Amino acid sequence: MAANKRLSLREKYQKFTRDLAWEPTYQKKSDIFPQTEFEGIHIHDWDKWEDPFRLTVDAYWKYQAEKERKLYSIIDAFSQNNGQLNVTDARYVNALKLFLTGVSPLEYAAHRGFAMAGRQFGGVGPQVSCQMQSIDELRHSQTQIHTISQYNKFFNGFHDWRHMHDRVWYLSVPKSFFDDAMSAGPFEFLTAISFSFEYVLTNLLFMPFMSGAAYNGDMATVTFGFSAQSDESRHMTLGLEVIKFMLEQDERNVPIIQKWIDKWFWRGYRLLSLVSMMMDYMLPKRVMSWKEAWEMYFEENGGALFEDLSRYGIRMPKYWDVSVKEKHRLSHEVWSIFYNYDHAAAFHSWLPDESEMEWLSAKYPDTFDKYYRPRFEYWRSLQQNGERWYNNTLPMLCQTCQIPMAFTEPDDPTQICYRSSEYNGDRYHFCSDGCKDIFDDEPEKYVQAWLPVHQIYQGNCGGASVPEVLEWYHLVDDQDNKEYLESPDRANWLRWKGLSDAEADREVKAAVNE
Amino acid sequence: MPVQAMYEYKYKPLDIQENFHGNQLVYIGWEQHLMFCAPVCLPLPPDMPFGALIKDVLPGVYGSHPDWEKVDWDQVEWKLDDNAFAPDMEAGLEDQGIRHKSVIRFRTPGLNGIEGTAT
Repeated sequence: MAANKRLSLREKYQKFTRDLAWEPTYQKKSDIFPQTEFEGIHIHDWDKWEDPFRLTVDAYWKYQAEKERKLYSIIDAFSQNNGQLNVTDARYVNALKLFLTGVSPLEYAAHRGFAMAGRQFGGVGPQVSCQMQSIDELRHSQTQIHTISQYNKFFNGFHDWRHMHDRVWYLSVPKSFFDDAMSAGPFEFLTAISFSFEYVLTNLLFMPFMSGAAYNGDMATVTFGFSAQSDESRHMTLGLEVIKFMLEQDERNVPIIQKWIDKWFWRGYRLLSLVSMMMDYMLPKRVMSWKEAWEMYFEENGGALFEDLSRYGIRMPKYWDVSVKEKHRLSHEVWSIFYNYDHAAAFHSWLPDESEMEWLSAKYPDTFDKYYRPRFEYWRSLQQNGERWYNNTLPMLCQTCQIPMAFTEPDDPTQICYRSSEYNGDRYHFCSDGCKDIFDDEPEKYVQAWLPVHQIYQGNCGGASVPEVLEWYHLVDDQDNKEYLESPDRANWLRWKGLSDAEADREVKAAVNE
Repeated sequence: MPVQAMYEYKYKPLDIQENFHGNQLVYIGWEQHLMFCAPVCLPLPPDMPFGALIKDVLPGVYGSHPDWEKVDWDQVEWKLDDNAFAPDMEAGLEDQGIRHKSVIRFRTPGLNGIEGTAT
């Protein structure tokens, strides 16, 4: 019987996507999909959009349900066996705090963003792809929340991650990155998130986080990573597909897409500076240095990708050369920010010990001993006299990336990089030419930036003193913030592991030197 | 185009001076002293004399650095918004062209941070 005939993959994809669509008869298409034109992108034939995976919704539910079952059985086992005690050192958990408070809310934002983009596209191919990615992102955010829940029982700083995401100064960096993408049109959103972030830069987020988790004994995170990996490869493919689709539809799209690639490469790269310090300073057992990761995943892989896209008239993102110059110093400059202002952060910072400094010298032979080792040794001398140093004045922030203005001139690591623009009689400041260009292209968007330091001075953050702002952040002073060596996290860890102070140091050294 | 939007999108900037309760923002950076990871941001009264900034405000910001007490203020090289600048110690900030969100940078010749490493 015809009804029992098994459909081929291609036929099934046809039935579950194209055949679900219809041509409207009594409403104009532009009224149904009002956002498809204002960005200036021209689409002539939506059917040219091909999902290389040809994933249909029936298969999607089956695969995802299977992955969920495996994931939650492992998370349960992790919890029952007190898996959190098997991580290399409690310092590792701070990398997790940064990732889970910074990125998990972005997974949820991505869920919303793809749902909105899918609603706005006039073709059923991208509608279905976006819908599945939207559900994936919801799943990722959910599984990460389960991980937060487990670690929150034992470590400080995880307790109110959702509230903190809207308020804490450094979390405004990932938040504003995603808000910028979501408040753009659907085509820019996909170029920003699917292509620039998921395709070009995601390896630099996932690799250090997942390999870092594996190296440091965090099985809950590794399991989540495996579960998300097949989704991520689908998302990456979508990212490349959307770019090629737009480029092939109309040559007028090319300069618009190049501009978005330039913008979102730089936005993503600045966001990843948080990952650079995670790799070089926060993982007790290192995977590789930021510099090595940037060379492998951006300079080599990214270079090959843009070589491939050159036939469409697309070139390497603007200022990629600056990122290459900065690789020798990025993580050191960013770790210094958090050492300066850890009294207002939801995770702990510390100074690298001697064996870690040797590793950093070896990985950064041109810069570490010359610029950063003396800084850390000076800070250590203060700390040994019982005066752990903090910066007691709020920093100047970049109007675009919202990171404190700690980055130095591309050709001079001793000189802060100052850039500025005037707009309607007011001045705005930037950490780099990349961030300045983004502002200059759409100033009306970025004059609305919610800069945490300025908001504190306007009186919108609970008060003018650090204790008042911490309360407004829902952070507990001397518990969630400040130096790791003096933290309750460390004291608890030593107690659980039955270690003395000296033994704890030995374990850290062993992890580094292994 | 000032913003890519579907309709006229124009609102007051979030950080205009009137939002700072009579103060103006001033950014200050001490060149070659990157132990302070970034320039600082301070809300200051526009009529504050420059001398008071040096005498009453900056010690609280930079006093923890061992170079601070060695600074010879007659030798300091100043910059205001990228231009060389000779501050008038008696005059107020606003009266000498220091505007809301201006950047003041100062270089202390001979003092280049911990071990001369710009820290």
